[in-house]
Parts: sequence; structure tokens; C-alpha cells
Amino acid sequence: MSQTTPLEDPNLPIQPPLDNPVMSFLRQERMPHIWCPGCGIGTTVNCFTRALTDAGVGLDRLAIVSGIGCTGRVAGYLNLDSFHTTHGRAIPFATGLKLARPELQVVVYSGDGDLFAIGGNHFLHAARRNQDLMVVCVNNFTYGMTGGQLAPTTPEGASQTTAPFGNFESPMSLPYVAEAAGAVFVARWTVYHVRHLTRTFKEAFQRKGFRFIEILAPCPTLFLRRNRLGDGVDGVRVYKERSVIRDGADTRTIGLGMDGEIVVGTFVDRPRPTWMEAMDSYYGKVFGDRYRPVGG
Amino acid sequence: MTADPRGVLTGVHFLDGDHAACEGALAAGCRFVAGYPITPSTEVVERFAARIPLVGGVFIQMEDELAASIAILGAAWGGQKTMTVTSGPGLSLMMEHLGFAAITETPCVFIDVQRGGPSTGLPTLPAQADMMQVKWGSHGDYQVIALCPSSPQECFDLTIRAFNLAETWRTPVFVMMDEVVGHMTEKVVIPEASAIEVVERRWTSKGPGEYRPYEPGPGGIPEMVRAGDGYRIHITGLTHDERGYPAMNPQHQDRLVRRLNDKIRKAGEALVDVREDQCEGAEVLVVTYGITSRVASAAIRMAREKGIRVGHARLVIAWPFPRDRIRALASGVRGVVVPELNLGQMVQEVERSVPSGVPVLPVDHAGGTVHDPEVILQRILEAAR
Amino acid sequence: MAANGTSRKARGTVFVRPELCKGCDYCIEFCPTDCLEFSPNFNAKGYHYPVLARPEDCTGCGLCGLYCPDFAIFGMRFEEIEAMRERIRVQAQNEGGTPK
Repeated sequence: MSQTTPLEDPNLPIQPPLDNPVMSFLRQERMPHIWCPGCGIGTTVNCFTRALTDAGVGLDRLAIVSGIGCTGRVAGYLNLDSFHTTHGRAIPFATGLKLARPELQVVVYSGDGDLFAIGGNHFLHAARRNQDLMVVCVNNFTYGMTGGQLAPTTPEGASQTTAPFGNFESPMSLPYVAEAAGAVFVARWTVYHVRHLTRTFKEAFQRKGFRFIEILAPCPTLFLRRNRLGDGVDGVRVYKERSVIRDGADTRTIGLGMDGEIVVGTFVDRPRPTWMEAMDSYYGKVFGDRYRPVGG
Repeated sequence: MTADPRGVLTGVHFLDGDHAACEGALAAGCRFVAGYPITPSTEVVERFAARIPLVGGVFIQMEDELAASIAILGAAWGGQKTMTVTSGPGLSLMMEHLGFAAITETPCVFIDVQRGGPSTGLPTLPAQADMMQVKWGSHGDYQVIALCPSSPQECFDLTIRAFNLAETWRTPVFVMMDEVVGHMTEKVVIPEASAIEVVERRWTSKGPGEYRPYEPGPGGIPEMVRAGDGYRIHITGLTHDERGYPAMNPQHQDRLVRRLNDKIRKAGEALVDVREDQCEGAEVLVVTYGITSRVASAAIRMAREKGIRVGHARLVIAWPFPRDRIRALASGVRGVVVPELNLGQMVQEVERSVPSGVPVLPVDHAGGTVHDPEVILQRILEAAR
Repeated sequence: MAANGTSRKARGTVFVRPELCKGCDYCIEFCPTDCLEFSPNFNAKGYHYPVLARPEDCTGCGLCGLYCPDFAIFGMRFEEIEAMRERIRVQAQNEGGTPK
């Protein structure tokens, strides 16, 4: 059995700075992170940071805003201007941040419960207004941080600590809600689809307006174990087996359950003026030269 | 430094308190307001929405007060002076973000135009029943600064002061108006911009490698930055260390929470503003704030006409409560009268402050209108006996 | 031996930080040429970490690195590594001293 190749070339006095490309984006003094073995959140971070490089995003002008939950911890690990805000309110914080300093690129990175239960109202209105935000939702079908409670995305029949006999509620289909609310870019991938996800992140960085990316990731400790679905790798294998790529699919038809297809791809890509563009354009007409845009 | 003239509507105006507060915010340099309609405060943001396109900035009506109260914090970290405006029910919704602003030390201003409560209560009628809530309403140990205007002119002046205090102390600051002060129309003089003192944000002079968002400077107050300048800050509502990183243990909790509280509690004279009238040698001390001060003035005049030596201590800064000052003023009086449009809130602070043995006589009121000066007069006479 | 039975010359390699690994198996499961396996050794936390069991099959595609939720493994193509080393050699020559 071979060993891994050593980092060193004995012929070179100074070694090349070979390090995991993700490391330069992380607050290394805070490693290791708190996520469980087999949790998919770290995988999404790899894809996100790879896309930052691929898209040439200026890191000094990038800000990450997250809410509360396991995915909410992403903000704390990224070496960017990062804001770990209150439960459900990352989007309005991000709205204020972006409107106060429009040259910022603002990304909201949070979980399904944070963004769609307590945060649902804010999601709807930011999408409606086409606030210029990229919203990344890691959907693990549960409230992981607090021990595995029912989430608005939990599939019917799944067991959770607050649905101890099985979930009898109907889950929310996130891309459907995002499209209905007005999002201009809507995509869904799983952590199996690392290359597609990276490319979608890059495409999202190249666009403006309210962009929504849902990423299915396993919560092995709580969702998978409680429902006897194995480890994280088993969860990702299931994504591989059940997913089918359908770009442009009708978001009304792509709900998720414990069985059945997992439809992934880019579903919506329809630019329209952002909130601030609309405001500037409108007030420009109303006031002409007297209008003072932000910073103007 | 002085105000940006673009936001200053210099002149002599006839404005109500809500409108005057909006002008105060603009004069102070506020260029981002996120609000939500709620009587009797809505006019503040309505005016801001109408004025801001020609001044330069953003007004956004958010989907609820939860959103409004955190959108302003995002805007503050984007570098703007920001404000939100509400009344009782909205303030209740904003409590979580008051705590978040306090622990993240985000400079911002909240205006509460108080109305009858609890719950939906009396939307169009006055009260002063949020005074304890503004101090204790969020969970955990934190301090606030709260100012109480008693006229539209003060709504203008004290809103500017609120922004200045927010920047100086890197903390949320409240302007506790009420429905009467907000809706009464009086002369408001807005001076030239060059005559308005404005405190700039305490921008750090340190570079990205050295700056720490929670490293205390003089007075325990850290310097500030904004997102987008390469500092790569991390800001969290979790208990944190000086780098801003979560540090969830008793040692850091003690260090952080004590500093946050001492920042304000130990500010001393810098955060005392009590307007005193004939308090020296008084037999009776009347302690008031906000609109009740105006009504109490009438009662005090009547009492003085009867020969009673009545001192009037009007709290302009109600929080932190000026315990030492009230204690000093109450020494040697026969009684302290505290009229408020509530069932006894700030009077509890007065009771804690006065020397033992000095009687404190509340003049409470469930809200809905201002006191009848006769009622206050009777209590003054009672105190004088 | 690759999954389809052919043998090939390695085009890349992987780098592992065993102490970061939490044994989740993503890299091993999703390596397209099936060249990784769990080491019989384990790290201080008790997790078995991946090793390059069939180095000749490694293409340096880097998928393992994209999958790893603990940032414990990454892959590089030899030509990328060589390009980095070349840059350093050139820089050292230009500066006439030891580069940083």
C-alpha cells in the first residue's frame, strides 16, 4: 500500500507553497470546524471558494452574512468580511449592508430552517424586490444545531425530534418559492454535484439581482441516523442515485420526498433591474438632475 | 466636525415632533433608514422617504420591524449612520436586535414614539410606558442610552444628539418620544449646518493586520471599520473575543459583558443631562421627562404661586439613569414627586436613588392623554406637607 | 489497476493532512479512478484517513479536494506542481538569493 506523496521535492531548497486551495479562504486559526464527520457543509465551502477564484471575485469587497445554525457557522470560518447575525434575519441585514455600500458583493449563506422558517418573510420580500444578493441555502432537511428538529423542508414521513412519530406536514419546495417570489436566478444541486455547483456559483457571481442556490447536503448525525439512512457518504450516494439534471425544469414539479427523483439544475435565469437600479431609474425620471443616488 | 449642509433644512419652521426628528436625523448625517409603518411614528419615515432622494441615501420600508431593526445594523456596518423608527408593538419586535446591536457595538439610533399599551393598546394616544422596556426589554445584561424630548425643537436637537452619542459610545441610542410630542406642532429652528456639531464615526487608524473590532480604546470603546475596506472582520452575536471570534466560556463572557455594561454605566458626567430649575433649597423636587415635563411645569408654577419652593429636574438623558444627580437633588427635600404617563416606571429608579427617608410620590397614569396639572399640583402639595 | 482494468501512468497526486480527516469516506467513494483507500493507521482522533493506494491511477483531478468537508485532502496535477516549482526556480535565479 503506497503512502501519499510527500510534499517535498528533495532537490528544491524551498518548497512550493502547496496547500489546499480552500485554506487561503479560511480563518485557519479557527480550524478544525465544528461540523460533524460526513456533514456536507464543508463540501459546499470548497465549491464556493473555488468559484471565487474562477470568477475572479474581489475578496476585499465581498461580504458574507449568515444566520444561526450549522450552515450559519460558515461566515465565521471564511476570511472575508463576515457577519453572523440573528436567526432568520441574515437577508435583511445583508440588504442593509448592500444598500449602504452598493459596491459590496454580498452573499447570504445559511440553512433551510433559518432562511425559510423564521426567515421566510424576509426571503420573500428580498426576492420580490430583487435585492442584489446571492442567497446560498444548504438544505439538510433539519435543524441540525439544536439537535434535529422538524424543518419546513423535512420530507413527509421522516422522523425528527419534534415529529417523533414521523412528519405529517408537507415540505416546502424551495426553488418553487424562490421563483414565485421573484428570484432572477434559481438553481439546485447536491453536494454530490461538486463540479456543477462550482460552475453555478461562478455563474451566479457573474449575475446581479436576487440569486438563489439550494444545495442538498446530508446531516448524518441527526437526519440520517434518526431515519436509519446511514452515514454522510450514504446520503451523498443517494443523491447520486436519485438525482436527475433538468435545467429549466418547471419548479412546480420538483418537490422532494424520502423517495423519488431529486431534480437538480438551473431552473430560472431571468434578469431584471435590481431594487437599487429600479430606484435610481425611477427617481432619475422623477427628479432629473436633482436626484442624488447613494453616495452621490 | 459640522453637519453636511445637504441634509440641513436651515430656517425657522413650524413642524411636529415626528417631522422635526426626521430633520434631526438628516442634519446628523443619517443616510439610511429602514422602517415600518406604525402609528404615531410613521410620519418620521414618510418625511425621510420624501427628503432622501434629494439628499442622497436610502429609505426602505421593510416587511416588518424585525427586518427594519437589523437592516439598519447591516447598513451601519456598510458605513452609514442609520436609524429606525417605531412605537410600542414594533419596539417589542425589535428587542432581539437591540441586544444584537448592543453586543456587536453597532452605532445606530432607534426612535420610539410611545403610545398606549400593552399590545395594540391606543395607537393614536400618548403614553410613556416603554421606558423600562427600552432598558430591560432584550435578554441579557446590556445598557442603553435613552433621550427624552419634550418639544418638537427637542425632537430635532436630541435626534442629532442621539446620533452623536451612538458614534461616541459605539452603541444603540434611543429617542423616547411620545404621541403628543410627535404630533404637536411648534416652532423649530434649524440653524446653519456650520453651527451643528456632528460626531463622526470612530474610524480606526490601524491597518487590517492590527485592527481588532472589539479591542477597547479609551473608555472601553473600540474603534470602528466598515465592510469592504479589506479588514476581513468577523462580527457575531455570540459572546466573542477581541478579534470578534466566538469565545463561549465564562471568562470571555465576564470580560465582554462587563466591558459592554461598564462602557455606559461608568461614563459618569458624560452621560448625565438633567435640566434643573430652582432645585437649590427646594422643599419638593419634581422629576419628569418627555411631554409630562410640560404639564408638570404648569403644576409647578401653580405650586410656586402658593409659596412652595418646588424644584424641577427634567431628565433629558433617562438612561443611564442619573442616580447620583437625583440623589444630590433629593437631599433635604420633603418629598419627590414623579409624574409619568405609566403606572410607575422611572419612579422606581428615583426610589432607588433618593436618600433613605425621603418620600417618593408617584403620579401615575394609565396613558391615553396627558396628566391634568391639578393632579400633579395636589401631589406636590401633599409632598410639601 | 484502474476500475476498468487498464493501468496508466499517474498524472497527479494527492496531499493529505491526516489530523484533519474525520473518516467520512467522501473522497474514497467519489474518486473517479478509485485510487484512494483508508489507511490502516488512524489519527489522534481515531479516524482512518485516506491514502493513495494506487498512485499510478491518480489523475490529479482534485475531486477529492472538492468533496472533502474537512479540507483534509486535495489533489494536484503534476504539471501544476511543476509549474509552481518552475516559478520558484526562476524567481530564485532572478533574485540571486533564497526566495520567500
